[in-house]
This record gives sequence, structure tokens and C-alpha cells, in this order.
Amino acid sequence: MSYVPHSDADHRAMLAAIGVASVRELFSDIPAAIVRDGPLDLPEALSEWEAIRLVAGHASRNPELACFAGGGIYDHHVPVAADHLIRRSEFYTAYTPYQPEVSQGTLQAIYEFQTMICELTGMDVANASMYDGATATAEAVLMAISATRRRQVVLAGHLHPYYRRVINTYTQGLDIELRMAGADREGVVDPGGLEEVGGETACIVVQSPNFLGLIEDVEPLADRAHEAGALLVCVVADPVSLALIRSPGEQGADIAAGEGQPFGNTPSFGGPVVGLFAAREKFVRKMPGRIVGATEDTEGRRGYVLTLQTREQQIRREKATSNICTNQGLNALAATIHLALIGREGLRQVAETSAQHAHYAASRIVELDGYELLHPGSPFVREFAVRTPGDPDAIVRRGLESGLLAGVSLSRFPELGAPDALLLAFTEKRTREEIDLLIDVLRRG
Amino acid sequence: MPEHEVVRHYTEISLKNHHVDRALYPLGSCTMKYNPKVNEQMARLSGFAGLHPFAPAEAAQGALGLMHELGELLCEVAGMDSISLQPAAGAQGELTGVLLMRAYHRARGDEGRRRVLIPDSAHGTNPATVALAGFEVVELRSNEAGRLDLDSLRSVLDADVAGLMLTNPNTLGVFESEILEISELVHGSGGLMYMDGANLNALMGIARPGDMGYDIVHLNLHKTFSTPHGGGGPGAGPVAVKARLAPFLPTPGLKKEGESYALDWDRPESIGKIHGFYGNFGVLVRAYTYLRMLGRDGVRETAEAAVLNNAYMSARLEERFPLPYGRGMHESVYSGAELKRRTGVKTLDVAKRLLDYGFHAPTIYFPLIVSEALMTEPTETETREELDRYADALIAIADEAEHDPELVTGAPHATPVTRLDEGRAGRRLDVRWSFDNDA
Repeated sequence: MSYVPHSDADHRAMLAAIGVASVRELFSDIPAAIVRDGPLDLPEALSEWEAIRLVAGHASRNPELACFAGGGIYDHHVPVAADHLIRRSEFYTAYTPYQPEVSQGTLQAIYEFQTMICELTGMDVANASMYDGATATAEAVLMAISATRRRQVVLAGHLHPYYRRVINTYTQGLDIELRMAGADREGVVDPGGLEEVGGETACIVVQSPNFLGLIEDVEPLADRAHEAGALLVCVVADPVSLALIRSPGEQGADIAAGEGQPFGNTPSFGGPVVGLFAAREKFVRKMPGRIVGATEDTEGRRGYVLTLQTREQQIRREKATSNICTNQGLNALAATIHLALIGREGLRQVAETSAQHAHYAASRIVELDGYELLHPGSPFVREFAVRTPGDPDAIVRRGLESGLLAGVSLSRFPELGAPDALLLAFTEKRTREEIDLLIDVLRRG
Repeated sequence: MPEHEVVRHYTEISLKNHHVDRALYPLGSCTMKYNPKVNEQMARLSGFAGLHPFAPAEAAQGALGLMHELGELLCEVAGMDSISLQPAAGAQGELTGVLLMRAYHRARGDEGRRRVLIPDSAHGTNPATVALAGFEVVELRSNEAGRLDLDSLRSVLDADVAGLMLTNPNTLGVFESEILEISELVHGSGGLMYMDGANLNALMGIARPGDMGYDIVHLNLHKTFSTPHGGGGPGAGPVAVKARLAPFLPTPGLKKEGESYALDWDRPESIGKIHGFYGNFGVLVRAYTYLRMLGRDGVRETAEAAVLNNAYMSARLEERFPLPYGRGMHESVYSGAELKRRTGVKTLDVAKRLLDYGFHAPTIYFPLIVSEALMTEPTETETREELDRYADALIAIADEAEHDPELVTGAPHATPVTRLDEGRAGRRLDVRWSFDNDA
């Protein structure tokens, strides 16, 4: 079925008003050689219930698992009220607020989102969101290059391997040098060891907690960057951690980039999620993406508009700070509502419960034969890597049989040099029974 | 906060939004069509919403299979051979496409191609993307018919040119009827043809980018394929290509082995990853549901009705709001220049007054080559009655401009707030609530 509403009578009346005999006449600008004679090779139309049956059939081939995988996407509970509210037509069938007088709902929600992201990251200004954590990080690198007019970027320690790849993609056409600075034996960055940083360095990029779940000491890295005249980009792939560890802003970061998925958004196979981008106020005119500001209407009432638009592509074209046009509006709204519902204290409880689950599991796992923490000397929040006695991919496969997603096999990432390790993440949703089942799966090796 | 207080707060602010489910939302090139409700439910099925991106392929067969099939359907609509579903939005599709151009030329040892051609009617993301990908922008003139000027094209085509980015129909809604000659010229000089698929709603089922000579096209699932705009995202901007560009598509791709599906990371010539995972999967589920429900005939009927609706709207309006470049296909760009000259009422004022009548305004002051532009796209899902209501409103506003211009220049009057001081927002920057204010 199509969603075309015209009756035959409408159709005829409209053609008459236009002054053509057939709809095909309206396509006469298209050369005959490329107008199709017959239909496309597409399946026949389905009714709504046929479509539901088909699509639900696809969905049923993805088994529901108790999820111990993280790596930038976490299986937290999304309050029902958050999803209920983003299903309001007023929000999801609107577009970018080009006419602010009839878009105050969207605009105010973005202003609230910006406020919450500033509070969480300890930064002064945040934008309306980016596509995801990886692209937010790539944009942070580009902004640091533009702000410092330098061309070298130091990617330090265990930055998410996919984020690193996206940075590579985003910078491949530009004259930018990416230098990798490895982690030390404890799995974290040694600020004394960053010989790569120098007078050409635009920024140091460091993720905390890093891809292995370990907490980085960001402050000395920020000092190191600032001594060299460079910026510090702090990547937050797990924003729930911000309830428990010092924020990027408190540790001297200039830009915070990251992923906001755990707030209001389901894993959804990795998208749509919501990229976070925040910075010190002095960089606000260098920022990518939409920014909402408060102002007044002609009667002095408070209202919101898109602001600083001269940074953006629709005005600045090839000189814009980024090519991004929209944001992940509805995902940012979901994040905002989720955070409003649970508040500071609720977020802290989620983070603490998740961390307790992780630490309980770690204490049990190290008692198993052949298992040890990959980096026992470094603290973690709710995610950690363990060496396994056998093939981690086989363990993950065995987990499926027990209804578990038993972590992420690090054999996926040759660059980490830990092909025998599993990365395990915990949320408030995991029950004691599920954790014990995980231990059991691991014990069987 | 108590749950019901949060629900009330967001319900209250939501009521200040105009949206498609309320009335016409004719933003040109944005294709604000109806968003079918079934799509929302499908994306929320627990097998999709709960699926972790690191689930091994054997636990994600439903998702991978759906993506694979959607890719094939979209390739058929676009007339292309291969596709990446990874780009998260149109602008990201553009970046992917221009990086593909770069990778293609480099693989052939043809690294001197530093320039990308863009017509002066193009959307701002086109030049911004070209710069981000490390190319130089060369802007091409449009001719009096609003089409790419072939002489202007010939004069710049040389061994420096990596390719041409050309929206078709272009942002005036005008089909580039010399597209076959254009493709031949660009290919003849060794360049590639890139189509910004923003306006595919005018063509699908009738003519295909691949048959026009395009090598690369990005599709906007949030426009042509009915997924909701969400107040500014999430969208999805898959990129479809001819076979010679397939090796360069982003990693991971998708592969089918027998009856099972897997991510394909083995693409040594790929431009790399463009999204943190595999793209906006939830948006892909919606577009897949839509395409399967439209089916073979619905795809074509959609384009036909989109063009019919626009032609009808133009027939109703063109006497009062002239079309400097003529009627477009799925959208038309009207000019308010004559009205402004006679009455002092600007296009901005007309747009604000439309809000009082319960409509969203069209895209205004774009494309840049039309003075006082009103770029209007009704889409296929609007009824004749709704088109008439909108046309009547615009005609009434033109009358008001003649007889009571202050009514229009002072608009909007019936909205939650009146005109907002954008200058002040930029000068006295207030982009976050300060909790010190509460103390």
C-alpha cells in the first residue's frame, strides 16, 4: 500500500487545474531514455499485518540475551515514560527548529540537554548532539586542529578501536598526522611517557574509562597537553561512569566528546544513539553542530533559538566548522527525559549498582582456574577485561546457548594484543542469577 | 522528580511544536511526509531494540538479514550495484561519497584530482563536505532555466576534477534534463558523478540515478523513505554505488554466505569506518517496513503523487508568488521579491504569518539564487483539501500584505512566543541553565 490519499475524482480535478492530461506529462523533463517502461524489481506490496509478521520474523531471529557486552553500548533500563514521551507526534514528527516560534518544545528540550551535558562533563558549553560517540570524537579532533592551527594528533592509550577508525576516516583527506601513544603495562596512559607530544601537537585524545574499562588519570595528561600548547580531548564512551569519577572538566579537559546512549536509548544494534560534545566557553565559536540559546521575544518573554549559526554549513558553506546539518534530536530528547526522571541521585544509584555487579563478578572470576584480570593494577568502574584459559570466541558462543551475551571477545581487535581476553560490562539490570550463570559459563571454559 | 511531573513538563513543552501529524509542513528538500505508525512499533521490537552491536553474527541474523535485504531493495530503487547503510545522515552520506571519490582516484594513481564541482543552487552541506574531505570547491553557474550550465561545466572540466556533486531534481525542484550529456562530459574527463539524493522522492520508480550516469548516490531514509525527522534526527544516509566503487565502501560491509549473514571486514581498499557501529539501525528497520509496504507499485505511485501535489500547489499559487525558474517536480521555489517591492512585506514576514494560519513555513531564502525564496515541498501524503487550505492561506497573506502590511510584518501573533531576538541570543550567549540562578 502507498500513503497517497487521492481519490480518482481528486486526481482528475488536480490534473485539470494544472492543465495536463496525465501525471506522466509532469515528468516530461526526464529524457525518455532513462524513464522506466516497467516496474522496478521489487516485491509486491504488503498489508500492515503482513509487514508486521515479516519484520517481527526478522526480529525473532535475534535472540534476547542477558547482556554482559559493553564497549560503548550498555544495556541499561530505559524508563517507560521516556519512550512514551518521545513517541509524542509533537516531538518525533517535527524537524530541525527552523521556525522557532512553532518549535519551542524542541528548542527548550535541546537547551535542557545542553545543560545536562555541561553538568555531567563539567564543561561550559555543549551542542545539540552529534551522530554518536565515534563521530563526536572525530569532530573534537577536527576542532582542536582548527583551534590550535596545528596538524598533529596524539591518540593515547586504549581509545575505542572503532572511534580510532572513524577518526582515521574523517581525517584521511586532510593533512593531519595521527600518532598513537600506547598504554603502559597497567593498561593506562603514562603521562611521563608521551614523547609523541610536541610543538606541533594539536591535541591529546584520551578515553576514560578507556576501552578496557580502566580509569585514566586525565589531569596530568591535560597538564602535559597544555604545556605543549595543545588541547586535551577527553572521550567518554561510558557516560554513566561520570556519576562516580571526576568529570573531564574537573580534570582540565578542553573538549569532552562521547556517547550518550545509556541515557534514554536502547542498544539498537549500535544506532541510533547520541553523540555528546562539550567544550570550554572560549571554543564555542569553533564548535560543530547545532547550538540552542535563550533569548526574548518582542514582548520580553523567554524563548529559545538556534544560535551562532554563522559557524554552520547552511551559511558558511565550505568554511563551516563541520558539515553536520542535523543532530540526533530524538535520541538527545530521550536522554534528557531519562536524566530528568532519575535525577542526579538516581544516576548515581544506577552507576553504583552497575559497579557493584562488576566488582562482585570480577572477584568471582579471578577465583576460576585459568582466569585473571588483564590489568589487575588499574581501577575500573563497571567494565573490565579478563584473560581466559581457552578461546574467548568459543566462550561467547557457549554463552549464547545459556541465553547470555558473555562479553566481547578481544580477538576482534588485533591491535589490542589480547586475543585471549574477554571484555565484560555490567549494568543495574543484571541479576545475581545471571551473573552466577555467567560465572558458570566461564568455568566451563 | 516525580514521574508525572516530568511527563507533564515534556507534554507541556511538546505542545509548542508544529509537526507533521498536525498540518502541512512544506519545508523544501526536507520531504516532510507522513511517518507511518507501524514503523515506530517495528523499530521497538525487542529483538531489534535490545540487540547489542557486539552480538556475534549467529545472534544477529535477523538484523543482518534485514539490512542485507534493505540494501538490495535500495540498490534496485537507485539503479546501483552496491551499498553501505552506515552513514547516519545525509551529510554523512555526502562525506562517505566524496571520500569514495578520493579513494577511487588514488587507487588509480590519479591523485592530482583536487577539485569537486558543485552548482550554485546546492545545499550548504555539499561544499562543507567537500572541504572536510580535503578537496577544493568549484562553484558552477545555473542557467536561466535553473539548470546546470553546460558551458560553465565544460570550461572547468580538466584532469584536476575529481567529480561533480549534483542533486537531481536540483534544489529548485528542476530536473537536470541534460543529465546524460553532463554524465558523459564528467566521465569523459575522468571524473565521477555524485548525486545528492535529497530529492529522490520525485523520481523513485520512474527514473534511477544509476541509469542517469551517476556513480554514487546517497539516499535520505528520513526523507524519501518516511522515517521521522525527530526534531532534527536521527536520519540515515545510505550510499549506493556502481560496481567499480564498491571496493571502497565503508567497513564493515555485509555478506551473505549460504543462508546466513555476516559483517564483512575484509575490505582492504575501504575508506574505513564512518559510524561508531553499523549506522542508524533503528532507522533502517523503519525504512525497510515502509518499502515492503509500498511494494513495487507503491514506490512509483509515491513519486507520481509527490509531483502531482506540487504541480497542483504551483497552479494555485503562481499568480501571486511567481516561479522565477518555473514549476519544479516535487517542489517549487516561489519568489516573494515582487510582493516585497510592492508592499514592503518580506518573505520572512510571509513565513511568520503562515504560522498563525496553523502551518509550518516553507524553507526560506534558499536556494540562494532565488531572491526572497519560498522553497515549498508538499509531499505525496497531503490531501487536495490540505493543499487548498495552505494555498488559500498564502493567498490570504498576500492580500493582507496589500491591505494591512503591519499584520504580516508583526507576525506571528498566535504562536506560543512572538518573533525572537536572534541577535541577542548570539550576543548574550545563554546556552545552558546555570543552577546558581536557582539559589
